[in-house]
Amino acid sequence: MIGLEDLYREIILDHYRTPRNRGELETPPARRVEGFNPLCGDEIIVYLQVDDSGVIDDVAIGGQGCSISQSSASMMSVAIKGRTVEDARRLIAAFKGLMSIHETEIGGDGSEAALGIELEGTTEDMKLGDLEALRGVVKFPIRIKCATLSWNTLAQALDEAAAA
Amino acid sequence: MTLPAAIKSDFPLLDQRFHGHQLVYLDSANTSQKPQVVIDAMADYYENANANVHRGSYELAVRATAALEGARAKVASFINARSSAEIVFTKNATESMNLLARSWAEANLSAGDAVVISEMEHHANIVPWHMLRAEKGIELRWIPIDGSGHLDLSDLDRLLDGAKLLSVTAMSNVLGTLNPIAQLSERAHAAGALMAVDASQYVPHVPTDVQALGADFLVFTGHKMLAPMGIGVLWARAELLDAMPPFLGGGEMILNVTKDGFTANEIPWKFEAGTPMVAEAVGLGRAIDYLSDLGMDNVRRHEVELTAYALRTLTERHGDKITIHGPTEPAERGGVMSFIYGDVHPHDVAQVLDQSGIAVRAGHHCAKPLMDVLNANATSRASLYVYNDKSDLDKLVDALSAVDDIFSF
Ligand SMILES: Cc1ncc(COP(=O)(O)O)c(C=O)c1O
Repeated sequence: MIGLEDLYREIILDHYRTPRNRGELETPPARRVEGFNPLCGDEIIVYLQVDDSGVIDDVAIGGQGCSISQSSASMMSVAIKGRTVEDARRLIAAFKGLMSIHETEIGGDGSEAALGIELEGTTEDMKLGDLEALRGVVKFPIRIKCATLSWNTLAQALDEAAAA
Repeated sequence: MTLPAAIKSDFPLLDQRFHGHQLVYLDSANTSQKPQVVIDAMADYYENANANVHRGSYELAVRATAALEGARAKVASFINARSSAEIVFTKNATESMNLLARSWAEANLSAGDAVVISEMEHHANIVPWHMLRAEKGIELRWIPIDGSGHLDLSDLDRLLDGAKLLSVTAMSNVLGTLNPIAQLSERAHAAGALMAVDASQYVPHVPTDVQALGADFLVFTGHKMLAPMGIGVLWARAELLDAMPPFLGGGEMILNVTKDGFTANEIPWKFEAGTPMVAEAVGLGRAIDYLSDLGMDNVRRHEVELTAYALRTLTERHGDKITIHGPTEPAERGGVMSFIYGDVHPHDVAQVLDQSGIAVRAGHHCAKPLMDVLNANATSRASLYVYNDKSDLDKLVDALSAVDDIFSF
């Protein structure tokens, strides 16, 4: 049986209690993008500052939402800070891969093979790390949107940065 | 006990388990469950009476037409309309409100005319007016709410000055507040405005008399009152419906069509273009019979009792943590309880409750302007209906403690 402990892993609650990189950045030079989940009213604000060499030299998270959306945003901020834009895009793809598992595949032993995913693009030095803790979210399909909210917002910020 | 103790067994869906627990359904403000008699009535329609209505001359078509019009008559008498001609079937309350905006308001309002609504409206009674504002330049005015979750009517005269329509919910789907509709109708009429009522949360729970309410328009939706999804009602005074232009055009809504134009049908069919939802109407008629057999006075009394019990037990057990929105006096509200539990997000609260088989809704409840006023981006909401009892509420109160186990920090 799927239990709440699959969803509310300790590391998730830790990021929820003490969110990392919480706050605002000055715009400009930073870019500010908002994301909404119309289902539950959650709101995420991503502040992204990219230097001339394409490195994300600072990131901050604002807004309010549930434990899953807030912890996912916090972990995301840690994972992308200091990385290149390119790495961040690969991480987005890997994370969304983790979150886009068909319901029929749910209920296995939780290993990657059982879940039928490959963390494509994740190199040795760029593991999903703490983010792996969010894998339990796929067993609670309505919460997937909570987990991906900040990532979609980040993707939008990167697109806007690239277009600018 | 004002309702039969065994009433739960009338609702087959309730007899299920989730995550190892008996389902406790506390989301009836969202949609209600259906008694077996309603499900059977719809099946019976398809097994014995289905044909297109108002079209065939054969006996079966007569039977189908009688089923539709019989349901309409039941609706009319349930809300004390003067005649069945005042009952327009729609898909839901949202469509009813849009019909009002697209037909009556579009024909009667012009730039600068004001529509007055309140801060506790559902999006169904907000967005159609926003759309009309964008298209025609009407003005939208808002009755504020006070700290106790009631409408603040202290400035109503000024708000109604020059207004053409006052459109207010009879019962808030977030706060549970029952609004003084009869009084508001009088005030609107005195100011030369018409009165529309969003009764989506009212008709299912409170004996309703459109004449006593003094309203001009009233909308509600079948699925919240034990009937199927896909059937709603617009009631309006016959003179108003007569004068209103059609809403959608096509079959059923005409008396005659030529190459040069058309003659609209009589009311209510003028507003019912195309093949209607007959089985759903039959289901609504049967739901009305079921509610009438229980007695709407008893339904209301049952919910006041349960609401009082819920407010008391929730506060006794979780008083230091829980904030319940809306009026504190059960007689002034319906069985809709929106709450915040500590600083745990409503989505997480609902998730933990689900693990105990308890279904509550978390979110903005299609009332974002109200959420802004409450300074919340979401609430958890437990809402009651005829099949709920004290044991459901005891389980809710107990299960809330599990939230602490995960989120106490
Ligand atoms: C107060 C109120 N008005 C309108 C509606 C809309 O009902 P429907 O979605 O059936 O059109 C609802 C239900 O969600 C409601 O609670």
